Amino acid sequence: MSEAIAFYTLAALILGFAILVITARSTVHSVLFLVANFLFVAALYALLGAQFLAVIQVVVYAGGIVVLYLFVVMLVNLKRPPEVHKDPHRRSRLAFVMACVLLAEIGAIALWGYARPAMTATALATPMTASQNVEQVGWLLYTTYLVPFEVASMLLLVAMVGAIILARRDL
Amino acid sequence: MVETLVYPLIKIVFVLTGVLITVMYLVLLERKVQAWVQVRYGPMRVGPHGVLQPLADVLKLFVKEDITPVRADKWVYTAAPIIVLVPALIAFAVIPFGSTVHLFGQTIPLYISDINVGLLYIAAVASIGVYGIILGGWSSNSKYPLLGSLRSSAQLISYELAVTMTFVTVILISGSLSMVGIVEAQRKGHVWFAFLQPLACVIYFIGALAETNRAPFDLPEAEQELVAGFHTEYSGMRFALFFLAEYANMIVVSSVATTLFFGGWLRPFPNVAALRFLDVVPSWAWFCLKTFGLLYLFMWIRATFPRYRYDQLMRIGWKLLIPLAIANILVTAAVKVILG
Repeated sequence: MSEAIAFYTLAALILGFAILVITARSTVHSVLFLVANFLFVAALYALLGAQFLAVIQVVVYAGGIVVLYLFVVMLVNLKRPPEVHKDPHRRSRLAFVMACVLLAEIGAIALWGYARPAMTATALATPMTASQNVEQVGWLLYTTYLVPFEVASMLLLVAMVGAIILARRDL
Repeated sequence: MVETLVYPLIKIVFVLTGVLITVMYLVLLERKVQAWVQVRYGPMRVGPHGVLQPLADVLKLFVKEDITPVRADKWVYTAAPIIVLVPALIAFAVIPFGSTVHLFGQTIPLYISDINVGLLYIAAVASIGVYGIILGGWSSNSKYPLLGSLRSSAQLISYELAVTMTFVTVILISGSLSMVGIVEAQRKGHVWFAFLQPLACVIYFIGALAETNRAPFDLPEAEQELVAGFHTEYSGMRFALFFLAEYANMIVVSSVATTLFFGGWLRPFPNVAALRFLDVVPSWAWFCLKTFGLLYLFMWIRATFPRYRYDQLMRIGWKLLIPLAIANILVTAAVKVILG
């Protein structure tokens, strides 16, 4: 019961801040609402017993990436009015299509969930205690998902090298 | 219900009160230490040897006029000191101040919470505090605060990397992410991690100096260049919140250093039976002693070293500390694998 109350409160806060992100007039306020949003998502992870994921969410997203957003937003002059495009409704049409695709996806996932409720039962057969969360994540990453994990690290390395090459002209 | 709700609340109130009082007297201690180094007396007027000076300071800050600059972003300007202070205070949730005490027939562990990801929690909380500094400088709508906050955030982000990497080496040798687990690992291994990981210890300490904006890395508030850095426009209680956060952060980084490298609440040589008479001193007193030793080191360094230039600061961070920390991780991991 208390878990349900916590979930719905957090969900409402997450959605509320997400709406504030796109409606805020000032870009800096937008970024701040995004941080709040990420923090509440982390709280949701904690509620699900995924402590490790919750903390990593805060370190990487709230504490790392959004700080860089904030830098860019603060240092780029935002007083300049946006340029008028030839077709002003181009974006809203694109947004409508994207929203439809997303909605279809969510609907498909919901249907999938109703069609196969047995899956959750098997997943819960070996309940994961919160105290073993980090061990479990580490174990899975280095056994079952070793190849994707290493590929992701290579991808990050490539991105880093690329950023350095772009930033340095005199190589 | 009582165990899950009331006990933690009592502990939280106790810890927060303790931290706030410690911060007040840390400021006095700092002024006294600076004065002694410079052959002065320091505060002497309020109370004997100035012991009531912190109370006078707090009173002054409470009644001072609270100024908001014209065209400042009001909401962000108000939120910034809070965003700085809250992470500094909630970091104390996972710090183990001692083993256990027996009170009213019950055994009470001397920490608010021992979560499985304690060390990562500290890193996460520390990374949130940066926002307050950036936003405080930006929202003031003034030159010096903006420059100060940009410097500060660049510095914090750079040194956070090196500090987090020293955490990795400690995790490698202790095999635990929990703060209590790390202290227990030092008890079982019969050695403080400062001796197993001297390099990580030094890197952590330098990084901690930079992360708390302390001399010789106090560029964000370099008086000669930036007036007071990111909090130039703040006055009264809002300025006090920044000040409070800075000293609370000093206590946090010192407590973390004590836990990770100096055996936390353990007495020296916990395995030597001949030194058992040292157990007369309770565990929390050992923790406080070690933490205050480190805090004194902070003040000593401030009184002794001149400030770095900005390019030197960046060079030390990126070209010295981070490569050394990475090399340290590699060597530690290799040794751990070889020794099994």
